[in-house]
Amino acid sequence: MNERTSRLRRESLDTPPSISGERARLITEFYQANEGRYSAPVMRARAFLHLCKHKSIYIGPGELIIGERGPRPKAVPTFPELTCHSVEDLRILNSRPKTWYHVDDECLRLYEEKVIPWWRGRSMRDRMFEELSQEWKDAYEAGIFTEFMEQRAPGHTVMDDKIYSKGLLDFKRDIAEAVARLDFLNDPEAYERRETLKSFDISCDAVILFAARHATLARELAAAENNAIRKAELFRMAEVCDHVPAHSPRDFQEALQYYWFCHLAVITELNGWDSFNPGHLDQHLWPFYQKGLAEGSLTPEFARELLECFFIKFNNHPAPPKVGVTAAESGTYTDFANINIGGLLQDGRDGSNEVSHMLLDIVDEMHLLQPSTNLQLSRKSPDRLLHHTLRVVGRGYGFPSIFNTDTVVEQQLRQGKSLEDARAGGCSGCVEVGAFGKEAYILTGYFNLVKVLEITLHNGLDPRTGKQLGLTTGDPREFQSYNQLFAAFRRQLRHFINVKMGGSRLIERMYADHMPAPFLSVLIDDCIQKGRDYNAGGARYNNTFIQMVGLGSITDCLSALKELCFERGGDAKVSINHLLKALEEDFSQDEILRQRLVNRTHKYGNDNDYADRLMLDVFDACFQEVDNRPDARGGRYRVEMLPTTCHVYFGSVTGAMPDGRKSGLPLSEGISPVQGADRKGPTGVILSAAKMDHVKTGGTLLNMKFHPDLVSQGDNLTKWAHLVRSYFKMGGHHMQFNVITAETLRKAQADPENHRDLIVRVAGYSDYFCDLSAALQEEIISRTEHEQF
Amino acid sequence: MRRGMLFNLQRYSVQDGPGIRTTVFLKGCPLRCAWCHNPEGISRKQEIIILENRCVACYECRRVCPVGSQEPEGGVLPARDERCRFCGKCIAACPSQARQMAGHETTVPDLLQEILRDRMFYEQSGGGVTFSGGEPLAQPEFLRAILRTCKAQDLHTAVDTCGLASTDDLLAIAPLTDLFLYDVKIMDDSRHRRFTGASNSLILQNLRALSQVHGQIWIRVPVVPGVNDSKDDLQAIAHFVSRLSGIRQVNLLPYHRIGLAKFQRVGREAKLETTAPPSAETMAGARDIFSHAGMQTLIGG
Repeated sequence: MNERTSRLRRESLDTPPSISGERARLITEFYQANEGRYSAPVMRARAFLHLCKHKSIYIGPGELIIGERGPRPKAVPTFPELTCHSVEDLRILNSRPKTWYHVDDECLRLYEEKVIPWWRGRSMRDRMFEELSQEWKDAYEAGIFTEFMEQRAPGHTVMDDKIYSKGLLDFKRDIAEAVARLDFLNDPEAYERRETLKSFDISCDAVILFAARHATLARELAAAENNAIRKAELFRMAEVCDHVPAHSPRDFQEALQYYWFCHLAVITELNGWDSFNPGHLDQHLWPFYQKGLAEGSLTPEFARELLECFFIKFNNHPAPPKVGVTAAESGTYTDFANINIGGLLQDGRDGSNEVSHMLLDIVDEMHLLQPSTNLQLSRKSPDRLLHHTLRVVGRGYGFPSIFNTDTVVEQQLRQGKSLEDARAGGCSGCVEVGAFGKEAYILTGYFNLVKVLEITLHNGLDPRTGKQLGLTTGDPREFQSYNQLFAAFRRQLRHFINVKMGGSRLIERMYADHMPAPFLSVLIDDCIQKGRDYNAGGARYNNTFIQMVGLGSITDCLSALKELCFERGGDAKVSINHLLKALEEDFSQDEILRQRLVNRTHKYGNDNDYADRLMLDVFDACFQEVDNRPDARGGRYRVEMLPTTCHVYFGSVTGAMPDGRKSGLPLSEGISPVQGADRKGPTGVILSAAKMDHVKTGGTLLNMKFHPDLVSQGDNLTKWAHLVRSYFKMGGHHMQFNVITAETLRKAQADPENHRDLIVRVAGYSDYFCDLSAALQEEIISRTEHEQF
Repeated sequence: MRRGMLFNLQRYSVQDGPGIRTTVFLKGCPLRCAWCHNPEGISRKQEIIILENRCVACYECRRVCPVGSQEPEGGVLPARDERCRFCGKCIAACPSQARQMAGHETTVPDLLQEILRDRMFYEQSGGGVTFSGGEPLAQPEFLRAILRTCKAQDLHTAVDTCGLASTDDLLAIAPLTDLFLYDVKIMDDSRHRRFTGASNSLILQNLRALSQVHGQIWIRVPVVPGVNDSKDDLQAIAHFVSRLSGIRQVNLLPYHRIGLAKFQRVGREAKLETTAPPSAETMAGARDIFSHAGMQTLIGG
């Protein structure tokens, strides 16, 4: 970093996150003045235009890449048309100890006087809860599943390469051609398509206008600037904003600025889950980098400076605030932009280049919370790139995470995508796979597998509340065999997946009808060609995911039940009655039984065939109940195995379980073993995890914590790289590593002030350790250290 | 069927030869090195070890013991008891795995199955299996049999030996062993006796004999402060090994204190309680001595 980027980074880190009422005010004014005048898509596009025309524009001192979603860095707008926060919500945001946002009195007053009176009852969330069934609400409140779109729009998509060769004026031409092709005589949906295309066109104008306002401000600042160098920079930025996004970018700086305007537009229009993401940034920038160097208009130093400014921009944008269950399932400032490094080109050649290494150096030096980064490692990726990545990971900042590109491609081929589209795809959010620029891959929420087992063990009753939530599948005390127990679990699983999907389908349809995303649709193939919105199935590919949580925990529970209750005889047998009583008492009267459950049963994560077979049974059950069922956008449901921080929330609503876990403690995360249950070292974990058919998922998350000694001495780095390659040869999807000592984490707990920049890998993303809840901090500390003894 | 006695099997072992390896620890050792970091590997017989911080004081061990007093007032059964017949009941009864058996018998097919689990990692990394101990040659027939089976599976094999074994046994495994990790501790025989409990003459004689028939030998020198870290001691070792053929590299292993806790667990007395690990300067100086003698030298590994 140079003086400029060090300062900008420091400012970004030191500025506290705050809530800005500006967007809420503008959107409320627009809706009040225009309700009933336009079709839903045009209404959304005009509201977006209104925002782009009137929102505050910010250009900070020294910035080279410009534009903020809020009026200034770290000022986060709200989206009352989706979730209208109550005054109470805002007070909680202002006072809660973790992921806190400053809310000033003016904002509170605005909400009280203008925003809440208009949106209460009109917001998507309010309308949704009117429509959802009681069965859904009961299961939701019990913590059986969560719902992503309850507070945020469907999102989760990534930019491909199209903006680097097309300006928004080119997209406007495509839109005009699509309108000209409409067949009002034969197509019953021609009117809807025209309204949708009209909304796309307006949204392009909005973003061009937004850029023009930046050009104007840059010129004003330049005129008033005394420093000749800064003056020239400001004039140059004005020129850049004149050119992009209206036209395709001509150089490295314009390419970055163009993407950034698109990013801001997507996250201002709606607050889609997992903000937005430049995808294969190294591949996209490589032609501009080469050209700039060849012409002499760019130096590696300037390219790096621009990229550093670009990275800081992401960090300036904390996630929109979440409340209630949604805050618990994903309590973090990070908004999950996840830049892909390496991977494959569409023609199948290795996609890495010198910009890939530059990105890794930047991650190494800046260690910002956002953006996340990941290595896309294919068979063809050079070891040099993997080693470079592992050296960065070895510093203990938790990223980049590492993905198996060959599996990522295979997963997408199974879903029916073309080979080229699959290769141009990659990973976003935590571990989710998608065809960049061509797919709506919507996550619908987490699903608590362990809670479903708990309910099965109580014949459909939730012991926490005494409510009958599930089916009556029989009193387990009367089960004669393990198969009977597992069959009962299967029935409960199917039941709750049906409840979840019923709600998701309704919500998806509501978004399709009431909350289109016109600008995002411009960027995603084939919305323009089809004249259909992203939220209504306009994308070339549509997939919808349910994310299963607690695989390790449920496997260990089933293993203990099977062995101790159904297979052992004599003294060693534990009756279900005895076990249920101990669970009810949270093991308070039977620590010896708990010790047996923790230490003397087969555990997932040790290459133990007994336990791993049960893991596969659970995975297959999830897959069979979910995969290939129709969603509400013409796509299909798929499973993913990832938790974000939801394993902590799900644990908090789940009582003591037969794996020896006490009531309220976190569940296992992703496909990682239960914390501390893996005792055979990293190869044992990997062999267990690789038994799953990762190709059938849309992403799995494997988190491993490494003691620094294991990666730093001698050629241990090379061996570590071989470990990664071995897992990927076996088809594994993703790996991430915490290289850190428990001692360091304890110190950080005791002295958070001096460990503010300590970043740890949580579950699919990295977070500041000191920002995590005490429960999650403890969980990270207890995660097995693979120490050599 | 030949049975072997193991006390550990370490997967993702990265310090016992090239690549990712599984290290199999065979029980029983003829030496009594003061700095031993695997004291549970010394005795050829089974031993009970106790991890005190895991114990939940449930006294199940005492309740099931067929020979000791079953009164809970006696507390946790001790690790060593002359009457103990190693029936394993207390181990099976212990809910928290605070009591463990150091040493279990295994057969060649069972052990091979465990070793083969990590084949994918060996092949990817150029790793394989390492037999260590204790002293693997203290179970020469079992070692020969498992090595032969591993070679039939095309695994890379390494043997980590202290060298105190019958010369015939050592030379018999040479064709089945891709790499020897051969410990050389102290050249001065009287001090060797004092710190290891045995003369080094057979050890050095065996190394000479092995180096004439085997071309892949790594010399491992534990560097223990106050025992062999003087310039003279290290130079003497360097002088000796540099004149042998077949020596590919020297690994200098800094003494560490992990073994201390283990002594207590097996109820043995630790001898180097107060010795600190060697400093980085000591290790760098030691490396220079071996490098100057023309040896490829690494610290650790």
